[in-house]
Parts: sequence; C-alpha cells; structure tokens
Amino acid sequence: MEQILAENVIKYYTVAPENGKKLNERLLVLSGVSFKVERNEFVSILGPSGCGKSTLLRLLAGLDRDYEGSIHVDGTDLKEKRVPVCYMLQKDYLMPWRTLMENVLLPAEIEGADLKKEAELIRPMLKEFGLEEFENYRPHALSGGMRQRAALLRTYRMRGDIMLLDEPFGALDEITRIQMQDWLLDVWERYRKTVLFVTHNIDEAVFLSDRVLVMSPRPGRIVKDIRIDFPRPRSRDMLLSSQFLGYKGEILSSLE
Amino acid sequence: MKRRSENTRPKAKKGIDWLPIGFSLLLLILWQVGVVINDVPEFILPSPVKVIEELIGSWQILMEHTLITVAEALLGLSASILLGAALGLAMGYFRTFRRMVYPLFVITQTVPLFVLAPLFILWFGFGILPKIVVVFMVCFFPIAVTFAQGLIRSDSGMDDLLKVMGATRWKIFRITRIPQALPYFFSGLKIAATYGIVGAVLAEWVGAQKGLGVFMTRAMKSFRTGALFADVLIVVLLSLILYKSVEWAERIVCKDMSNGGNIT
Repeated sequence: MEQILAENVIKYYTVAPENGKKLNERLLVLSGVSFKVERNEFVSILGPSGCGKSTLLRLLAGLDRDYEGSIHVDGTDLKEKRVPVCYMLQKDYLMPWRTLMENVLLPAEIEGADLKKEAELIRPMLKEFGLEEFENYRPHALSGGMRQRAALLRTYRMRGDIMLLDEPFGALDEITRIQMQDWLLDVWERYRKTVLFVTHNIDEAVFLSDRVLVMSPRPGRIVKDIRIDFPRPRSRDMLLSSQFLGYKGEILSSLE
Repeated sequence: MKRRSENTRPKAKKGIDWLPIGFSLLLLILWQVGVVINDVPEFILPSPVKVIEELIGSWQILMEHTLITVAEALLGLSASILLGAALGLAMGYFRTFRRMVYPLFVITQTVPLFVLAPLFILWFGFGILPKIVVVFMVCFFPIAVTFAQGLIRSDSGMDDLLKVMGATRWKIFRITRIPQALPYFFSGLKIAATYGIVGAVLAEWVGAQKGLGVFMTRAMKSFRTGALFADVLIVVLLSLILYKSVEWAERIVCKDMSNGGNIT
C-alpha cells in the first residue's frame, strides 16, 4: 500500500486586500494535486518558483490544515491527526548559541526524550555525516556544507519515516551541492526513509529520484509523473548518458 | 573544510581610542584658559581645576550622598529588569495583553516626572521608596518594550520546524524566541542604565534628606557652582559605569548570538 496518498488537493491563500479593495482576495495555489508515494521511495517535486511546491510540503508536514481534498499518510487523514514527519528547509535553522550536538539533540529535547541516550545514538552518526570531531563546535565555525549536513542529521533524528526536504541544497554553491547529493544518496541507502524532495534543479531531481513529479506554474498541479529507471547506487556517469538527457528533455517539455 | 569567509568580520581594535579622549581634553583646556583669561566669577562658570578642587574638598560629604543615590538607582533598575522582563515576556507571548497594556505604558512615559515625583512622596513617604519608584517608571519601559519587540520578531521557518518536531508555543518561546530576543533586551537595558542615576537624582530634587540631588539643590541655592559641577561629574561617571557594566554583561550573555547566525 502507498505511504502517502494525496487526492485532488486544492489550496487557497488569503491575500490581504490592496489599496481601495475591501474584500480579501483568494489566491489559488494548488489546483487539484493528486499523487501517491510508496514506502522508501525517493520522489522529487520539481517546478518553477511559486508553483506551490513548498505549500504542498507544508500541508504534508501538518502545518496547515486549511485545504480541500484529502491527504493520507499511512492511512491517517492529515486533517484529523498530525503524523510525525522529518522536515527540512533551505535555511539550516541551526541555533547559533547551541553547539552542533545541542542542535542535533533538539528533536529529542522537544519530545522530552532521554538526552544522554540520544547523544550516544547520535555520536556514531556524526562520522557518517562528516561531522566527527565537530560535536562541540558552534554553527558559525562550520562551512555551508557542514551546516547543511548537521541540519540533515537533525532532520534524521526527528520522529517519523517520511523526510520532507524543501530545497535543502538550494543555498549551496554548485560544487558543494554535488557533494551533498552524492552524500545524501549514500546516507539514504543506509537509513532508508521515504523522501519527498522539493527542488527546481532538473539535474538534481533526475539524479536523486526514483520518480519526478513535475508541477505546472501557479496554480500548481502535477503535469507529469516520470519514473527514473537508473540502477542504484547511482553514479555521476549517468549525467552524461543519453537516457539522462532523454529524461531531461521530457521534463523540460512538460515545463513549457 | 574552510571556515566561511563572511565570519571573519572586522574585530574592534583592542586598547583605548585616543581621539575622543584627546578632543575632550582639548575642550577642557580651552574651558580652563577661557575662564582664567576672562576672569569669570566661579558662581557663573567654575574652571575645570576648580571643579576638581571642590570634588576633593567635599569628597567625604559627596560620597555620603552618592551612596544613597546609587542605592536608589540600583534598586530601581533591578526592579525594572525583573518586572520589565516579565512584562515584556507577557507582551510578546499574549497578543491581547500587549494590545491592552501597551498604550498605557506609553502614557506612563508621557506624564512629566516632575508631577509624578511629588505624588510618589505623598503616596510612599519621604524615604527612598518613592525615588526607587521614579527610577522604575523611567527604566522599565525601554526594557519591556525592546524585549517584547525581540520576542515578536521571528522567522516563521524556525517556528514551523519546531512545530513539526511537536513543540508547543511555550516551548518555541523557550527554545528560540527568548534567546533570540536577548540582544533586544540588552539594548533596552542599556537605555535604562543611562536613565537610572539621572532618574534617582531627579526624584531627590523634589524632596529628600540625602542624595546627589539634594546636594545639587543645596549647592545651587548657595551659589556654589563649583560644588554643583563636582556633583554632576559624579552623576556622569556613575552613569558611565552602569552603562559599561551592562555592555560587559551583554558581551558575556550574547557572545554566541550574533556571529554567523542563520536565524534572523
């Protein structure tokens, strides 16, 4: 059975009226979005800026229940009950006054879990996330890539087996971004979670995903659902293959 | 990996900045020379040297008065910090409370202190309590308002992230909003610190047995302008010390807040 099931999701934003107008304006952001995601699948949501990708992720995270249509996660209707998920945004949101470890402990702290035990679980992971020896550093002493990895480690330590990643590498330079993609796949293959990855970078979407959902400009809906049939583990060579260019072409034409 | 270059911000130069000191000294010398050359009588404008002589001559009695004023200022300031922080927190947390009390707070700042100070004496007696209340009236406002402002300002992304982790509103405040608002709190506290001594002195003017304000009125009535200036000098120095202490506390508390933060 699918893990995420979205059916005909429609979302309006209420915009404050401009000068002269009295009524609030309703802005249609998502116009009937439907899709399924299987357990442990890596799915990218690709679309132009402002198409409602982030809005869709906010709905999935349970941050906004004011929509039409329905979203089910593991059979639970999100309008009725919050389902714990892992969530990450483009900004790392590491707290500058906390050390790296204290930042990664945040989800456990909020849940009221045993922090000593959690720290013992995190320590071996620091190595895999390339953050060994930086446990007691504050975020400002870390590079952009390291901060993003720390944020991702914190995301991993959140409860839930769905990862909602909202352009997590959007603020990184191209070289760091490529390193982070390789590394994300590495980690994902080891710790398997279902991933919904929002991006507007076509190469990134194809390289990482099992499926790419292409969204139309606002009001957003899914115009194409493309299965990416590259074997895993993925390698950079596939970026130069004609099959890759084929996918890219398919996406580009569906974005027009 | 390399440290981010944007973090290598220019550090403040160590040591003393001689330019303002030199310039102030120059003004003092001009003042001294001007008074001596023009033979200005002391009761109109005492020379800096004369002020220092008065300071040394009346040291004992000045210190007695200083002690009282400092006590009033510190007690009033402490009350402002405790209550100001509590009020600021309540204003930041409860929108309704903010809407209710904020206009009242502004009004307290518009009522002339010369009216309030004698009223406080009527209400709280001739001791140091009415002086403490005057200091409080002046100092709680910047603390409460800046702290509330810092608490209200937030990045919705940070809040969203914590909400997805399951944080309640109070947890969001405790974990991110309050630490983020601390620099604001301190900028309010710095303003309050500069008002503390002056507030106490002003309250003493209206009626008191002891304090730098009392000494001031006596010196004025007897045309001892030199003593008056010596008194003012102490007020200035005390205010500076208070201000610098707050700056120092801020540096310790907020040392990890501002650099390289990706939150605000």
